[in-house]
Amino acid sequence: MNRGGFLPIAVVLAALACVPLVVHSDVVLNFLVTALLLTLAGQGWNVLGGYGGQYSFGHAAFFGTGAYATAILQTRYGLNAWPAFALGIAAGAAMGAAIGALTFPSRLRGSYFALVTLAFAEVFRILASVAPVTGAGVGILIKLDPGIHALQFSSRAVSYWFILSLVAAALVVTRLIEGSRFGAWLVAVREGEAAAQALGVDPTRVKLAAMTVSAAFTAAAGCFYVQYFLFIDAPIAYGPWISVEALLASIIGGVGTVFGPLLGALMVKTLGEAAKLITGDAPGLDLMLYGLVLILVVGIAPRGVAGIGVRCREWLARRHIRTGGSTA
Amino acid sequence: MPNNSKRFTRRKFLRSTALTAMASATGVMSAPSVLRAQGGAVKIGFLQPVSGALAYSGQQGRLGTSIAVDEINAAGGIKDVGKIEAVLGDAQSTPEGGNAEVEKMNSAGVSAIVGGYGSSICLATSQTAARYDLPYLVDVGVTDAIVTRGLKNTFRFGPGFGVIAKTALANLVTINEAASKPAKTVMIVHEDSAFGSGLAKLLNEQLPLNGFQILETIPHPTPTRDFNNVVLKIKAADPDIVIPANYYNEYVLLARTMLQQQVRPKAAIYSILGGAASSYKFVKEFQQAAQFIMDCNHWFDPRNAKAQALKSKVEAQGQFFTYEVYLNYSCTLLLVDAIERAKSSDRAKIIEALSASTFAGHVMPYGPTKFVNGQNQGAGPTNTQVIGSDIQVILPEAFASAKAVYPMPRA
Amino acid sequence: MQLSILFPAVVNGILNGALYALVALGLTLVYGVLHIINFAHGALLTAALFAAFYLHRIFGLDPYIALLVLTPAFFLVGYALQRVVIGPLSHGDDSNILLVTLGLAVIIENGLLFAFRGDTRTVDLPYSFAVVPFAGMFISVPRLVGFGGAVAVAALLWLLLTLTDTGKAIRAVAKEKLGAQLSGIDVPHIYALTFGLGAACVAVAACLLIPTYYVNPHVGNAFVLVAFTTVVLGGMGSIPGALIGGLFVGLIESLCGLYLGESLGQIGIFLMFILVLLFRPSGLLGARA
Repeated sequence: MNRGGFLPIAVVLAALACVPLVVHSDVVLNFLVTALLLTLAGQGWNVLGGYGGQYSFGHAAFFGTGAYATAILQTRYGLNAWPAFALGIAAGAAMGAAIGALTFPSRLRGSYFALVTLAFAEVFRILASVAPVTGAGVGILIKLDPGIHALQFSSRAVSYWFILSLVAAALVVTRLIEGSRFGAWLVAVREGEAAAQALGVDPTRVKLAAMTVSAAFTAAAGCFYVQYFLFIDAPIAYGPWISVEALLASIIGGVGTVFGPLLGALMVKTLGEAAKLITGDAPGLDLMLYGLVLILVVGIAPRGVAGIGVRCREWLARRHIRTGGSTA
Repeated sequence: MPNNSKRFTRRKFLRSTALTAMASATGVMSAPSVLRAQGGAVKIGFLQPVSGALAYSGQQGRLGTSIAVDEINAAGGIKDVGKIEAVLGDAQSTPEGGNAEVEKMNSAGVSAIVGGYGSSICLATSQTAARYDLPYLVDVGVTDAIVTRGLKNTFRFGPGFGVIAKTALANLVTINEAASKPAKTVMIVHEDSAFGSGLAKLLNEQLPLNGFQILETIPHPTPTRDFNNVVLKIKAADPDIVIPANYYNEYVLLARTMLQQQVRPKAAIYSILGGAASSYKFVKEFQQAAQFIMDCNHWFDPRNAKAQALKSKVEAQGQFFTYEVYLNYSCTLLLVDAIERAKSSDRAKIIEALSASTFAGHVMPYGPTKFVNGQNQGAGPTNTQVIGSDIQVILPEAFASAKAVYPMPRA
Repeated sequence: MQLSILFPAVVNGILNGALYALVALGLTLVYGVLHIINFAHGALLTAALFAAFYLHRIFGLDPYIALLVLTPAFFLVGYALQRVVIGPLSHGDDSNILLVTLGLAVIIENGLLFAFRGDTRTVDLPYSFAVVPFAGMFISVPRLVGFGGAVAVAALLWLLLTLTDTGKAIRAVAKEKLGAQLSGIDVPHIYALTFGLGAACVAVAACLLIPTYYVNPHVGNAFVLVAFTTVVLGGMGSIPGALIGGLFVGLIESLCGLYLGESLGQIGIFLMFILVLLFRPSGLLGARA
């Protein structure tokens, strides 16, 4: 079990926090904001999928719930953006608990679990596209009102620091889980549910807790999306795009690692931009390049980018043993 | 101790990777204008969803803007200002994609942005442009919310769906009352996202006020794989008029299914923003299913010589003359006129020039432009009908090319 | 709801369901044997539709005839994809297979966009609007052919799996990969063969779909979720399950659409999906886990 401590997290966060002091380009800041948004959503996925081994294809259900809750509370009930944001996260977490409570006792696993989460996300998407409370097909537009009171920032740098603080919280919580007994239970369930149960771990309760935390992170990403873009509708909130991107970032970056989603998100987003740059304006060409590089990255780094670090460590360990280190 | 050194290695690796990724991102981000530089005095951003679900509309929009830019530059550029350098952006059919492109265009130093197409894209992109006081011309996006946010930089040349619904209704009443036996019952079939839902809501409020009885309002998703059940309901209810409001693919499926099931409303298929109803592509490929279909949609001014010239040019390229083309063409010319009058590529001056614009050199039947709160007041839809192998204009009478065939003849 | 609509809606549902079954057959086979969820399935369907379109456009080949050309062609494409791309690059890891098929989907879809633009294309055939009157409604002839095709393909696949040696090898690998390997079965070859069969099924589906549908680079996406639902409902890896599951999904979709409206009605498919997974995860005809 990694016991890396919090120093790496602090270092990385400090470095990231300094970025707006050095970089003033709004293009880059916007890019980083969207990358961090993806990181947050992916970190959520990672807690359940990476550490818990339960791959979900429907994290959009939490993203959208957080987003819509925040939007509805502000526009329909006039609630201030900050409590609306917090309640949005809570709503997402509750949704996670609810879906978990429905699916885990049925012992759904692997692809079945993945597809049932997808089905839940779709159910919500369809409901959101017809229900008056979510604005049905028209969606919800939040009134433009730049200012801290409305959680809308005119400065991209401030938006960046805000999402960074959310990501920081997610990283810290993930590390806490990693080093805790709960984390050990979670990994035990991932590695072998029956064995874990034999050791006295209650898989359903553990998975449920993980799902709730996981949903909270992704819901926070949804709440942030709404505050940043000021518009939400059913395909944006509950569409498969965010589910896929969240798991993509996590797997590319390295599942079951604290920094996996961050690395993956940065890589994936950078790849998208680089592809656009290289291929110019021809429609579709940049995405073809993107897909190609994606496949190649998977081929070269099967355990994700962070996995490269693990492989380096293993290689070093092997060298150490070969050169006659500690014990023969 | 061995453990420490390994941990240090990995920690160092992770940190350096993250920083490298960001550094490369930064480098990548500041490159765009360098790679795209072609040399031109005025940079204009043209944002379209050329990939993703809206790809066809995006590429048609780009066609319109590129023809306009080529024409202007061939004539020596914008008077007193210089040639146009087009900065193209792909919104990838999502608001985030559009948003990122606006940031890049701003960073590349564009004087204005034209495009967006989709309502949800336009909402995000015009808002981001507003942060930089960057003039933004919406090409199509019909949601009324686009121009009611109090954004000084946002202008919409074409009509919003409030005006479209109102005009469509008024025209329907006119056409209906000119017939010997006026129709009464209506069924609405609409796509369930922004424009369809918004339109359906307005119609539900206003149709009864004009003496029509709505039998049923049927929303459907985009995409819809099969319209047989919808057509069954139409057949059972037997309305006088069917009002479809959806995108091209669904419209085609609906029309074909109605033909196949031999379902024909007694009076008319009266589309409002019908995805294919006033599309030359639809008429060419499905002439039989398209017969007598009416539409209240964006349409060019057939009396305008420039419009006819544009039509010939587009068709010579083997493309269809669709509304995205001529709306974007017009928006580009409108912007060029504003830049010319502002005698500068300065953003604030362009916004001022647009606000005061009375441009009549476009190809739409709107008259000279007049913007109030960013909305062009003269903008409105036109009523068309497919008669034979061509699309005729029915209303307004000023440039109508045929009288409405109403009610539709029995099959 | 009037009875006069109910019966035709049921028939419509079943005919649509046959198309879903066709698309799902390839997916369930691939899942049953390789245990992967093939993200590229929709993109392959799109590619097959384009192929059928251009065979008609350039060579005037009727889609039902093009079927004979495309089925083996796509079999080879599928075989190559698994053998050369998916297998080697994913190193056998499930999440990597997911990403590789995802990457493939992006490449195929955008490749088609780049090559052919976003225009919607349709094929106009003399029998596109042919109908058979039946009990007060008109049944589309191409849809009937589609129904027949689904049953035929399902039957052929089932016969292949049950009677031929290759089929037995496929089933062996599906059931117990290690044991099959130890018995001398060339597992990578079987994997590729299965993927090829899956792609071939998609080609058949495309040819039977094209007379009444349209083609553009995103068209396959509309069928992916429904196909997944069908696969799970019928039981992953079960051929008869995919057929019956497809018909059932089509039926549910139609009835829910009738009572709840086309938009909300879509929820019926997914609610049923969830219920089946919660109470009978192996699906209607799947093997008990």
